[in-house]
Amino acid sequence: MTIHTKTLKQLSQDLQAGEYSSQELTQVYLTRIQQHSALNSFISVTETQAIASAKQADALLTAGNASLLTGIPMAHKDIFCTQGVKTSCGSKMLDNFIAPYNATVVDKFNAAGMISLGKLNMDEFAMGSSNETSFYGPAYNPWADNTVPGGSSGGSAAAVAARLIPAATGTDTGGSIRQPAAFCGITGLKPTYGRVSRYGMIAYASSLDQGGPMAQTAEDAALMLQTMAGFDAKDSTSSEQAVPDYSASLNDSLKGLKIGLPKEFFDEGLNNEMAAAIETAVNEYKKMGAEIIEVSMPNLKLATAAYYVIAPAECSANLQRMDGVRFGHRCDNPEDLNDLYIRSRGEGFGPEVKRRILVGTYALSAGYYDAYYIKAQKIRRLITEDFTKALETVDVIMGPVTPTPAFDIGEKTADPIEMYLADIYTIAVNLAGLPAMSVPAGFIDNKPVGLQIIGNYFAEAKLLNVAHQYQQVTNWHQQMPQGFE
Amino acid sequence: MQWETVIGLEIHAQLSTKTKIFSAASTAYGAEPNTQACAVDLGLPGVLPVLNQEAVRMAVKFGMAIEAEIADYSVFARKNYFYPDLPKGYQISQMDHPIVGVGHLDIEVEGQTKRIGVTRAHLEEDAGKSLHESFHGSTGVDLNRAGTPLLEIVSEPDMRSAKEAVAYMRKIHELVQYLDISDGNMQEGSFRCDVNISLRPKGQEEYGTRAELKNINSFKFVEKAIYTEVERQKEILEAGGSITQETRLYDADKDETRSMRSKEEANDYRYFPDPDLLPVFISPELRAQVKADLPELPEAKKQRFVTDYKLEAETANNLASSRPLADYFEALVKSSGCAAKICSNWVCVELSGALNKQNLSISQSPIDSDRLAQLLQRIADNTISGKIAKQVFEAMWSSQDSADTIIEAQGLKQITDSGAIEAIIDKIIANNPGQVEQYLSGKDKVFGFFVGQTMKASQGKANPGEVNKILQDKLRL
Repeated sequence: MTIHTKTLKQLSQDLQAGEYSSQELTQVYLTRIQQHSALNSFISVTETQAIASAKQADALLTAGNASLLTGIPMAHKDIFCTQGVKTSCGSKMLDNFIAPYNATVVDKFNAAGMISLGKLNMDEFAMGSSNETSFYGPAYNPWADNTVPGGSSGGSAAAVAARLIPAATGTDTGGSIRQPAAFCGITGLKPTYGRVSRYGMIAYASSLDQGGPMAQTAEDAALMLQTMAGFDAKDSTSSEQAVPDYSASLNDSLKGLKIGLPKEFFDEGLNNEMAAAIETAVNEYKKMGAEIIEVSMPNLKLATAAYYVIAPAECSANLQRMDGVRFGHRCDNPEDLNDLYIRSRGEGFGPEVKRRILVGTYALSAGYYDAYYIKAQKIRRLITEDFTKALETVDVIMGPVTPTPAFDIGEKTADPIEMYLADIYTIAVNLAGLPAMSVPAGFIDNKPVGLQIIGNYFAEAKLLNVAHQYQQVTNWHQQMPQGFE
Repeated sequence: MQWETVIGLEIHAQLSTKTKIFSAASTAYGAEPNTQACAVDLGLPGVLPVLNQEAVRMAVKFGMAIEAEIADYSVFARKNYFYPDLPKGYQISQMDHPIVGVGHLDIEVEGQTKRIGVTRAHLEEDAGKSLHESFHGSTGVDLNRAGTPLLEIVSEPDMRSAKEAVAYMRKIHELVQYLDISDGNMQEGSFRCDVNISLRPKGQEEYGTRAELKNINSFKFVEKAIYTEVERQKEILEAGGSITQETRLYDADKDETRSMRSKEEANDYRYFPDPDLLPVFISPELRAQVKADLPELPEAKKQRFVTDYKLEAETANNLASSRPLADYFEALVKSSGCAAKICSNWVCVELSGALNKQNLSISQSPIDSDRLAQLLQRIADNTISGKIAKQVFEAMWSSQDSADTIIEAQGLKQITDSGAIEAIIDKIIANNPGQVEQYLSGKDKVFGFFVGQTMKASQGKANPGEVNKILQDKLRL
């Protein structure tokens, strides 16, 4: 077995056993990143720092002071601030921004001894579902030519799927971990809102944003989440709830597990083959002794509309700090203050970001606030109630992650609404703040399909258990795109 | 036509927390530009605000002092606008759910007590400063002040004259210092005020259109600005014109107000709840704690001074109006053991006079209450006379020496030895036979002449009581 196809779990065992050093391992992945630069999954590769960190990791490993993840390479979505390293958020606006501090998540992975190989491509400011809004050009889906990897964590998904790194961080505001994980055939987890610190994670929509792991397996996702999760005094919205041992319950039996299938997930909008793939996956759970229960979430159809008021409203304010005054892009020779603002922001932001800023600014304007923002918040509450009600009767909710497998590059860029509707199954989960996973569950036309598993608040351990058991009886997660094995 | 002036104030009081309202950076004034601004204050990408609980306590304290409703639940909101000294492009403030609700405060103007309503008080962060000088045509931005906690106190339009407005402003100023929640330093901008003014025909119920005067940071300017603005509005109205709702700036140099922006040009701040901050819940425990910590308020203190120390109402009011002054007075009474009346006289007359002359506050007084206590004790035990005491006080003012040291060094000890005084008096009587004759012929007033001469000859050191006694004995002949 070649090294780069191994899981975190296997790499950890090998490193501890001295099969190879962290420096050797790091070099393997750095070489692959270089070989497959055409995927455009990285915005920055931090080779020098990576080699230096690997050296330190080797010292720890030799001394027997290593922890489980010490010496294993990974990479961060370019939305996480990394001290001394460009943190672009996929935007021209921050192309010159060298973060002077680390995000809490970055600090945590550093403390765990993982080796960051660089920063991963993403949709500009995490606004997009295809990675096509990135200032650095789209990352490509390794499974099929000219196909999007999904977004906004497209670089993370493409790099893990192509085995350029064993695992990565992502963020999910409306599906940005789950959808690219589904499109690229990897395992992604969006934790409960508040489970992972948002400090140093450049804000898109603060009440929806949540960082999480993207990996090959549920087992690896558990190891990653173990490192990321926990209260952070620097993030008032992070939860003080104790973090359980996510690996401890992976092998719990699913006998008697109650799975809810929302009928609204399986209506006419869903591609037939996708519906069939999900049904096949659900049947696997039946075989493991799970009980299937139909549930209804009548307000789900309102989710996309509510999301596209709340998220733009928050982003319109969040992005106001990008003004060309203290950091980021500044236009040449501004004539006066207005000119400085207008041209710096006009030049620095791409069209999708501008569109959402405009929508959000409008929704918050005097006279429209009640009609849009307040109404959207009411819908948000109704959707949350739909979920919590359903989760009173079932343990997890299952459904598709996306209506179709990965689409072609350029296929949906002309019609933003069509692009937005592709997030229909993921968005509601963010509005409710619930945890959810995307697990590889087959292929349509050689393109991966994701099964979505949604759980109750802080039930990440349950989700990982449910996903891991599926991965014990299927091998979808072990499939690799041709040319990247 | 008779016009009635209607005034409401929005006061911004900087809270004296050690660190900023949403970051751990220091709030100290006067540091080198941008040395007290951390990543959060700079609004760098990815940073998040964390609420300083001390600011919450202070706001609750203020609310309790004005007997206001304290909200169980209050919410921070983003107020959006672009300006170079506003790093995030929004100010974190409060809109729909302020921490302090409806309260009130009593003011006194020309002997009349009047109750002024407080609509609300809310917490917010201050912006930085734009520096337009010495940057070669560019503007410099100093973000040291960015994120400093402010309490914005909004009054009802209950004031009817500049005098009432100033009295209210002074009262709030006095109160925030009393509560130890703000240093009230107006030069440093820790206490500033926006004034809303409108006129209406006397007897009319509904309010006229108002103009808002922005950012005035002295009592004197508030008063002058109101007079000037009232005159301007009156002129317009009497000429049959109408007032435009707008924000105006008071130019103290020219003593005029001028338009900054009209209602139409006003920003749409697009307030919405800040998703980075959780709603603030004020627990019963916190309420109880703050209530227990609440100091004696000026009104109660004044009453106590009248009852316990038998001070005149005016003197009591004068002392109680400032907490450090009241504390000084009480410390003086305690450590000197002298009569409260004497202590209050020294604090209100000698000490306050000297402080005013040099524009010093009581806390900057070169003579602390212990040093002054010793001086008063020396009057009480007849070591020096009251007159000499003033001389000693002056010497103490410009040195670190104690009263005793100065009395000793300058030989100011009172002469109580009757033999010594007798010798002086004998000499004076001998040298002034004409005055002696006048006195003996019934001109009692001449007695004062002898006292004066004796004191003069003794360089003020003769004990006045002793002088009187001996003189009366000698002149009875």
